Amino acid sequence: MTVAAVASRTMPFAMAVNEALDVAMGLDERVFLLGEDIAEPSGGVYKVTKGLSTKYGDHRVRKTPISEQAIIGSAVGAAIAGFRPVAEIMIMDFLAVCLDQVSNHAAKIRYMSGGQTTVPMVIRTSAGAGMGFGAQHSELLEAWAVHTPGIKVVVASTPADAKGLLLSAIFDDDPVLFVEQMMLYWNPAYAGEVPEGDHRIPLGRADVKRPGSHVSLISYGKQVHDCLAVAETLAGEGIDAEVVDLRTLVPLDIDTVLESVARTRNAVVVHEAVTRCGFGAELSAQIHEALFADLEHPVQRVGAKNTPVPYAKPLETAYVPQAADIEAAIRRVVA
Amino acid sequence: MTEDEGGAVAESALPDRDTLVRMYEVQTTIKQCDERFRSMLMSGQIALIYYSPRGQECISASWGVHLRPDDYVLTIYRGLHDHLAKGVPLRELWAEFLGRATGTCKGKGGPMHITHPASGLMVTTGIVGAGIPIANGFGLAAQLRGSDQVTVVNFGDGASNIGAFHEGLNLASVWKLPVVFVCQNNQYGEHTPMRMATSVEKISTRGMAYDMAAVTVDGNDPVALWRVMGEAVDRARRGEGPTLVEAVTYRFWGHLMGDAMEYMPAEERQAAMAADPVPRYRQWLVDHGQATDDELSAIDAKARDAIDDAVQFALDSPFPDPSELFTDVYAEVVR
Repeated sequence: MTVAAVASRTMPFAMAVNEALDVAMGLDERVFLLGEDIAEPSGGVYKVTKGLSTKYGDHRVRKTPISEQAIIGSAVGAAIAGFRPVAEIMIMDFLAVCLDQVSNHAAKIRYMSGGQTTVPMVIRTSAGAGMGFGAQHSELLEAWAVHTPGIKVVVASTPADAKGLLLSAIFDDDPVLFVEQMMLYWNPAYAGEVPEGDHRIPLGRADVKRPGSHVSLISYGKQVHDCLAVAETLAGEGIDAEVVDLRTLVPLDIDTVLESVARTRNAVVVHEAVTRCGFGAELSAQIHEALFADLEHPVQRVGAKNTPVPYAKPLETAYVPQAADIEAAIRRVVA
Repeated sequence: MTEDEGGAVAESALPDRDTLVRMYEVQTTIKQCDERFRSMLMSGQIALIYYSPRGQECISASWGVHLRPDDYVLTIYRGLHDHLAKGVPLRELWAEFLGRATGTCKGKGGPMHITHPASGLMVTTGIVGAGIPIANGFGLAAQLRGSDQVTVVNFGDGASNIGAFHEGLNLASVWKLPVVFVCQNNQYGEHTPMRMATSVEKISTRGMAYDMAAVTVDGNDPVALWRVMGEAVDRARRGEGPTLVEAVTYRFWGHLMGDAMEYMPAEERQAAMAADPVPRYRQWLVDHGQATDDELSAIDAKARDAIDDAVQFALDSPFPDPSELFTDVYAEVVR
C-alpha cells in the first residue's frame, strides 16, 4: 500500500505568503487585505500580494493612504465586527507610527472587554537588514510585540512554514504579528517545497530542523538558515549541533526547547534583532531557570549589535549577526 | 429653543413628543448617575478614577434616539453619558465601574473600557483620538457586508489635534464610510483651554479639509442636536458618507474627579453651570406643552430608582476571582 504524497511545488518565500493569502481569501469571505500599494498593478512593493486584487477585487484587496494608524485602526474595528483582516505594514520600523493601535487596542481589547470583543486580525510586516536601507527600514522589532500580552508573534523561516503559519494566523481568533524577513522573499537559496491547498501549521509548535547531540541552536526566521549552514560546517569537525526553529514566539513552545537543551546540555540562542532585551534574553532566562544545574555552560546569545542599523555595507555587515558569530558562540560551549 | 444659527425652531422641525421625552429620560439618567458617582466618591463610599460627563448629556441623548440597537458606538474615558445613551444596562455599568465580576467586562476593563456589544457599545478607549480609526473599521465592516448599520464615534476637542483624527477622517472620506464623527467640544483638553491648543475656532472647519460634511451645533440645544444628528445618521445610512459634527458644550467638573480646576476661570464655569442644559430642557418641555411636570417627575423618580437598584447590585456583587487574571488575554490560556 502506498501513501498518497501531498502535492507540492517549489517556490520562493514571497510566493508562499501570496498563496496563503490566496487560499484564505478563497476559503472565507471575511478575509480581506489592506495596506499601502498592495493592489495591482504594483501588487505590493515586494510583489507579495501580486495578482490578488485582480482575482478578488479592490474591495477585498484595499489600497490605503500612507496612514498606518488608519490601517491598523480599520483592521481592529472590522475584526471586532466579524471580519478577518490582514493588514500590511510595509516595513516593520513603521510599527512605531501605529503602535498605539497595535499595543493599546489590538492586543488589549479582548482582555479589557472581559472576552466580549475579540480582534482576529493579522499584521504582516517585512523586516530585516542586508538591503542597505539604513536605520529606519531594517529593524527586527518582534520583542516589542512579545512584551505586549494579547498579541501572538510569528517569524517563519521557510516557504512551507510561511504558508502554513500564515493560514493558521489568519484563522486564529487573536491578533497575530507575522514577520517576514525581506532577505528571504525572492532569493532562490531560500526557496522550498510548499504543500498545495489549505496547508496549516499550528501556532506554538517549534520544529527541530536538524537533530544533534552536542549543542542546541535555538533560532527563528532567516537566522535558522544561518544556524543550519554553521551546523553543517561544524559537523565535519565532529560537532553535532541541533537546530530548533521556534516559528512562533508567542505562544512559545518552551517544552521542545527544554527537551532539546536537557539532552545537549548547551544552548546558543540566535536572532537578527539587537541582543539587548531581544527575545534571546527571555529565552536564555527561561532555559537557565529550568535547567541551570544541567547546563555545561551558560546559554550564549547571538544577535545584532546594540546600535541603530547602519547604512554602509561594512557597517551593516558588522551589525547583523553572521555565521562566524554563531560559530564562535558554539565554540564557547563545545570544546 | 434656538438653532445654532439662531431663530425660533419651526414646529415642523421638532421631533415627535415621544422622542423629546425619551431624550429627557436619557439626560436625567446621565445627570443623576453622575451625581450619584460624585456623591459616593466625595463621601468615601467608593474609590475609582472618574471623569464626569456633566454638561455633555444632551449630545449623547440626541444621537441615541436616532440609532438602532445594531448600530455601533465608540467612546472615550469620559464616556458614561455615551454608554447610557446607547443602552448599556445600569447594573452591569455600575458593577464594572466598581470592578465587580458582574460588570460589563467582568471587572477587567473598568470605567475607561466599558464594552457591551449587546447594546452596540463596542469600544471605550482611554487613548485620546484612538477610537476614530477603529470606528472606520466598523464602518468598513458594514459597507463590506452591505448592511446599513451606522457607526457613531465620540471624542473631545483635544482629540482633533492628534494624528489619528486626521488619518481617520481622511480615510473615512476616501472610502465614503458610514461613520458619524461626534466631537463633543467641552472646551478643554485635560487642563488646557481649546484656544491655547487648537488652531481653528470651529473644529468643524477641519471637516472641510477632508471634503466631508461638517457642522457646528449648540451642544446644549437638544432639538438642534436632534436635527443635526438625524441628518448625519441618515446620510451614513443611505451610504452617502461620513459627517463631522462638532457639538459645543462645557465640562462642569474638570478633567477628572479631584481636579482642583485652577485652570478654569470660576466665572466662566459658574456661568456654564447656571445655564445647565438638563433643567433648562426640562422646563422647555413643560413650557411648550410637550410634557407635564408630573410626567417628568415620574421619569426622574424612575431613573433614581433604577440607579438605586444598580448601585445596590454593584455593591452586593463579588470582586472577580484572582484566577480570572489569566483568562481573556488570548482565546486560550497562553504562556
